[in-house]
Amino acid sequence: MTFEKNLERLEQIASSLDRDDLSLEQALTLFEEGIAKLKEASAELAKAEGRVAKLVEKAEGVFEVTDEHG
Amino acid sequence: MNAPGGSPELALTIAQLTNAAKEILEGAFPPVWIKGEVGNFTAHRNGHWYFSLRDATAQLSCVVWSRDVKRIPAPPDEGMQVMAHGQLSVYAARGQMQFMVRSLEAEGEGLWRKAFEKTKAALEKDGLLDPARKRRLPRFPRRVAVITSPDGAALHDIISVIQRRNPGVEIIVIPAAVQGETAPDSLVAALDRLSRWRGADVVIIGRGGGSREDLWAFNDERVARAIAASPVPTISAVGHEVDFTIADLVADHRAATPSAAAEAAVPVLADIIAGIRALGEGIRSATELRVRDAGHTLRQLSRDLGLRSLRTVERRRARVQELAARLETLSPLATLARGYAVALNEQGGALPSAALFTPGMHFAMEMRDGRVHATADDVIVRPSAKAARRGAA
Repeated sequence: MTFEKNLERLEQIASSLDRDDLSLEQALTLFEEGIAKLKEASAELAKAEGRVAKLVEKAEGVFEVTDEHG
Repeated sequence: MNAPGGSPELALTIAQLTNAAKEILEGAFPPVWIKGEVGNFTAHRNGHWYFSLRDATAQLSCVVWSRDVKRIPAPPDEGMQVMAHGQLSVYAARGQMQFMVRSLEAEGEGLWRKAFEKTKAALEKDGLLDPARKRRLPRFPRRVAVITSPDGAALHDIISVIQRRNPGVEIIVIPAAVQGETAPDSLVAALDRLSRWRGADVVIIGRGGGSREDLWAFNDERVARAIAASPVPTISAVGHEVDFTIADLVADHRAATPSAAAEAAVPVLADIIAGIRALGEGIRSATELRVRDAGHTLRQLSRDLGLRSLRTVERRRARVQELAARLETLSPLATLARGYAVALNEQGGALPSAALFTPGMHFAMEMRDGRVHATADDVIVRPSAKAARRGAA
């Protein structure tokens, strides 16, 4: 779940930036990383495609997700 | 009397009589509910249960055949007040009247409670009810698995709540029977498929409301163990708010209803977007603040530097003035200013002593406002001065 990881990292960055013991250079590096993660998270949110499907086991250990409204 | 049994010659066999009695009894009594106190309970190796039901004045032998035992949640305790539903009959082999029990209920749902407590104790012994085992649900699940009946109201509720909250979430249905004798196996199989598939972020397992018997599969020990073993975080959603099952105890999260499970599983998309925006804003403003702070510090430093150098210059100027004042007091010019003159030889050297003069010598006198050239007429050196100088030398 890269989305969740991205958001967790964003939260870390936000709280790091709120600390005072950060140099300007560190702050700017974090800011750049934060903006990148923000873009990734937003992009992933946009590409989410919801559906209702059914999990079907074809053979032992082989699964297929078939579109089928329940 | 020529009727069977009417004379020694027409004597009935025991089997004939007991079978006749059995037919008459079974014909006379449709299946009925009876109540009494349980005594002499035995669970036989062959799977059947034997016990007696009695009250103050009467007693009746009872049997539960093994195929019916499965439907009864737990064996009754000695002395327990129970209601039994079944058929009055005759057990020919013993020549005994007996009641064949099809279902059994104890007062205050005692048997259900007993079975529940027994399963709970077994799970507790294995540490499966430890609150520390409970996992955090994923905050942003992309794929939610739902183990329930494919045509139940619960699935409909779950799908509509999830799609309302976040239409981007994928819902994977793993169909299972949720009531009846096949339900435990079916639920265990569905959980097993989920475990092997590993494609879901979280799983909702449950069903809508129903009777105690309808929900019973969710109190099954095997189902509970399968839930506990799930590699995917679990949300149980069985029946209504008041229904509490073993599945609820082992799941990572207990939802009161299927709709509540959907809410617990999936955050509202608009909230996620707002959260991301807020994070972005926070990062932006914190960085801006940092840059502003840095600029402010820089300006402050340059001001300090200016101020400090100004002070240094001023300190030096004061020192110069002080030195100038001291020099002034020492300077011959000051003496001249008071009206004295200094005699200088032709090379400009000072002539501070009369002994340095010779009659007819040209010299100059430096005055406050100019120079006078002169010639020495006569030179008189005071003897005392000579002596003093000699003494000093």
